[in-house]
Parts: sequence; structure tokens; C-alpha cells
Amino acid sequence: MNTGSKSLSLGSIFGPSVEGEAVISTEGFSPRYDLNRWTGEITKPGHKLEGLTITDKILFFPTAKGGVAAGWAFYDILHKGIAPKALVFGKTNPVMVQGAVFAEMTIAAGLSDLPENLFKTGDTVRIDAERKVIELLR
Amino acid sequence: MTMKLTNEEKAMLAGESGPAVQRALQEQISVGEFFGAETFVPVKNVHMMGDIEVMGDAGLAFLKDLVSAQVKCMTPLTTNARCMDFALAEMLGQDSGAVKQEHELIACLREMNAITTDTCINYQSVYQPHFGEHVAWGDTGTVIYANSVFGARSNFESGPAALAAALTGRTPAYGFHLDQHRKGTFVVNVEATLTDLADWGALGKIVGEAHQDYFSVPVFDGIRTSPTSDELKHLGTSLASYGSMGMFHMVGVTPEAPDVETALGGNKPIDILTVRDRDIEAVYAGYDPKDGNCGLVVFSGPQLSLYELKRIAELLDGKRISSDTQLFVTTNKEFKALADDFGYTRNIEDAGGIVMEGVCFYLLQNLSQIREARGWQNLVSNSAKIVNTITAHRFNTILRRTEDCIECALSGRI
Repeated sequence: MNTGSKSLSLGSIFGPSVEGEAVISTEGFSPRYDLNRWTGEITKPGHKLEGLTITDKILFFPTAKGGVAAGWAFYDILHKGIAPKALVFGKTNPVMVQGAVFAEMTIAAGLSDLPENLFKTGDTVRIDAERKVIELLR
Repeated sequence: MTMKLTNEEKAMLAGESGPAVQRALQEQISVGEFFGAETFVPVKNVHMMGDIEVMGDAGLAFLKDLVSAQVKCMTPLTTNARCMDFALAEMLGQDSGAVKQEHELIACLREMNAITTDTCINYQSVYQPHFGEHVAWGDTGTVIYANSVFGARSNFESGPAALAAALTGRTPAYGFHLDQHRKGTFVVNVEATLTDLADWGALGKIVGEAHQDYFSVPVFDGIRTSPTSDELKHLGTSLASYGSMGMFHMVGVTPEAPDVETALGGNKPIDILTVRDRDIEAVYAGYDPKDGNCGLVVFSGPQLSLYELKRIAELLDGKRISSDTQLFVTTNKEFKALADDFGYTRNIEDAGGIVMEGVCFYLLQNLSQIREARGWQNLVSNSAKIVNTITAHRFNTILRRTEDCIECALSGRI
């Protein structure tokens, strides 16, 4: 196990520590505009993750996109069993944080580096809420 | 960062106002601490998005639990545009089960003392906060209008956060509640001539896409006209949609921007953009109308003001929409009633259009299935916001000026 030779530090975090498969996007995200909230698939035509499913993943996005619907959407997809494990944003907005808090889902923002410089989609990563870091496990 | 709580807030957190208020305040503290809030600010007006399409079974169950516990809003709470107009739900092919749930959801909200206004243009109809007033509003378009045009103070408050604010009567003081986040961060010199609502939306798209950041605050300079409420509405909703922005300044127009320097408040602008006519034209040229068929024209997102309804009614007066095209207009209950009274609704309906109330088109329950059942592909609108938001339902969207939208509807061609 690689314990921290590749790691990101976090500005803010809510929720417990989690580990899971990373999905790295260089495009922003809205669960309203980009997501099919019945299947968990990103359906926005032309989105860089189009066709990919978010369930149980640790999702990295550079930004949040508009839309207050996320507040209910994360709680909704959690109860539908298709929620991601965690959301990590370069820059986020209150809606994403409010939605994650309401769904008790881990969310982090304010990264020390671009995630694509350290991780790639398919890597297993761990978000450590106590130490406020994200580490590459394998 | 740990928030400083008043004795009243400490009592709420200890459960003295019941478990629902306790949970609400705890959530607000979690959000506040994420963004570095030190205190709460009181709010006397809350606007919430909540319908069955976005809340789902889990959200409805959450509300039912609150009603069972006899939880009431302590601050007036109005509701945003929702996902169905009951008079048209069956015609559109919306789920009968969802219709029943939406009735239940509305009954729950009313039982909790909410005012179900069902509008995303509360700022043009229901409530206009005063300069400096703290509010907790949801629907990003309402927030950017409150901050920018009224000089009121709100963050994006999504459904559960707005409900929490209505239960506790306060919201954490971060973001646009604080002076330091209200200062402009970059400057936009507007050389373009903006003649139509769609031009204002196109400006919002250009600027929003260039700086996708909630804490980016553009300062628009060089606007040569005195913009109307509807023009500022289309600019704001577009900035919020493309850029996740919650505030802008416009020199000589908005209350915190008598000049560029004041609007920047000592910030050195991180960027200076210039938007010319050719940039606006490039936005329109950027849409691919595919086969050129115009199956759907939508005036919505946000709901139309009385003035927008009047204009659409005049443009359609005595005309007939192509048999290959369907045209929808959405507004709120009060403007629909006035449009009925003034004959605007009749003009639009006589031309073959449909006027919906209490909804926004992109929020409609079952919209992807409705699109498939009707074979809709191209969607033409004068709203830069809706041509962005509705693409999740796999429409091919095309932004056009208002008169061009009407022309497409009449000819059936783009």
C-alpha cells in the first residue's frame, strides 16, 4: 500500500473518512443538469464523463455547476441506492455542501493540487477526514 | 472553525425546540463551518425549491415525518416553480402516481405553514427584500437577483437548507452575507448592443463559462441602456446557470456599483473581459439546428413576467403556429391570472400555444419520457438558462432572440 507519496490536502471537509474508486473529471458537475437520477449515469450529451455511472465512486470535479436541486438530489439518490461515496470539488458552491450534509455524504473542497496530476480514474483512494488529505491507495 | 452560538441557538442545538429544529440547526452549523462562518444571521424570508420530481420518495417521506411531528415553519416560506401544472399533467403524459404524490407534498408544505407560491420569479411578484436584508432563497436565479439588483444578502439555499432556515429563523453567515464576498473579482466591459432578452442571456453565458466559480463576482461596465427587470433576470439566471455565480455588479445600475472601483472594493480584478457584438453573434452561431425542424419552442426558465407574456401575446396575435411545432409558455399563478384577464393567454392559445402556470419547463416531471413520446429533438428558446439546463433530458437546444423564436414556431423551421 502506498501511504501518502501521492496525496492532496483539503481546505474543507464534511463527513466521515471513506475509500473507494476514483473518477476524475476535468469538467464541472450538477446532479440536475448532468445526471440521470434514476440510473446514476451521467447523461448530459458531450459531458466528459457521459455514460459513466457514479454509484459508490469518489468523484472529483473542478467546479460545481448551478442548480439548487442538488440539495434534495443527493438524499434522493442515496435512498435509491445509487449515490457516490464522496464528492471532491476544486471549487464548490453551497448547494453541493448543503445537499451532501443533508444526505450525510462526505464532501471536500479546496485542493492543494489538481487531482488529475496525482490520480487517474480507476485508482483506489482514501479520504481521511481527520487529517484532511486524500491519498492514493492503489 | 467553530461557530459562535447565541443562547437561543445553543438551546435549539440542545433540542429544546424539538428534534426537527435541532437537526436543522446542526445541518446549518455543518454547512457554516465548511465555509468558515462564525455566526448566524436572522432571516425573515425564505424561498424553497421542493417538488416530487427533485425530492423523490425519500424527500416526501422526510416531509411527512415533519408533518406527523407537527413541525411548523417559524419564518414565512414560499415555494419555487414545481414540476407539474395539474391541469395539464395528463395531457403531457406525466405519471398519475407522481401527480398524487405532488398533491401530498403540497399538502404537507401547507400543513407546515408554507406558502406554496410555485414561482421562480418571487422577486418580480411576491417579495422584494430591502437593501442589506438577509434572506435564505433557493433557485439560483432568485439569489443572484436578490444580491445584485436589490442589494439584499443570500447564498444559494437548496431545498433542505432553505427548509432548515425556515425552521430555525436564521442562516449561517458566510458567502454573500459578508462584505468581503460581495466585492467584484473581475471586470466585463460590455461593448455589445443588447437588444433582446436572449442577448442578455448570451452575455451571461459568455461570462459565466469564463469563470465557473460561486465566489466569482463580475463587474459589468459600459452598459449603455437602463436595463429592465426582465433583462437583469435573464442575465442573472444565465450567470448562475453557466457560472454557478450568485452575484454581479453593473456600474450605474446595481446599488453597490456606483463606479468600477467601488464595485471592486479594493480587489485587483483577476481578469478583464470585453464582450462585443461579434461575441454575442458567435453564441447564436454555436448551436447546430441539425435537420432544421423546429419541434418545440419554449418560453420559460425563468417563468415569464407580465411584460414578457404581453410581448409573446402580441407577437402571436392573429398568427398560427406550425402544425409541426409546439409552443409552451410558463409563468406563475398571479401573472397567469392577469394574462387571462388581459387576453394574453387567449392570444397565445388561439395561435396554438400552451400557457402553463406554477411550473418551469425544464423541471417537468417525466420530461425525458415526454420528449421521447413526442419525438422532440430541437428545442428553441430565448432563455440562455433553459438551453443549458434542459440538455440533461437530451434535447438539442438552440438559443434565439425572441422574435426569431416566434418565427421558428410559425414556420416550423429553424
